Amino acid sequence: MKNRLKVLRAERNLTQEELADIIGVSRQTINAIEKEKFDPSLPTAFKMAKLFQLNIEEIFHPED
Amino acid sequence: MKELKKKRLKQLALWTMAWLLTVMLTKYGATHMWEGNTLISLVAILLNLGAGLGMILINRKLVNESDELEKKIQLEAMGITLGLTLIVGLTISLLDYTHLIDFHTEISTLITFMGLTYLASMIFNNVKYR
Repeated sequence: MKNRLKVLRAERNLTQEELADIIGVSRQTINAIEKEKFDPSLPTAFKMAKLFQLNIEEIFHPED
Repeated sequence: MKELKKKRLKQLALWTMAWLLTVMLTKYGATHMWEGNTLISLVAILLNLGAGLGMILINRKLVNESDELEKKIQLEAMGITLGLTLIVGLTISLLDYTHLIDFHTEISTLITFMGLTYLASMIFNNVKYR
């Protein structure tokens, strides 16, 4: 799954560590999601959407 | 979250150490300390069983408190370990049964194989998702 997490995080001047603490996951998880090696669970995706005040599909979208 | 994980890892290390010490105590004690005393041997085995159960419960807590990627890494490592142990264990057993090999494997060989497979899988998966 493609995502805009790295861009959104950079826009808010958050480090991976800070974002991980807010969402309640490890820094490794944030890094793996940004590198598109791992797809987050629905609750994690919702937390990210709430934090960035966006809909889930504005952050994550399936590969074409 | 990080503090809780550190605490659980410390607890796991302590329970693992207790389990290993009770294994050593039971094996060494039965032959060198209380030779032939069944009651003391039974108490030592029960202590070992208790330490083993404590280790399992803490490990379960650690996995349950891990985040989704850490759980995936653990699950993959455990799956590979279980699968390889079953396949390799049966292959060695068949080789022994058909007399194609002339050495007998001990339970310690299996445990060492499981430990090394799990360790290798954990390292591989952590590098994969880094």
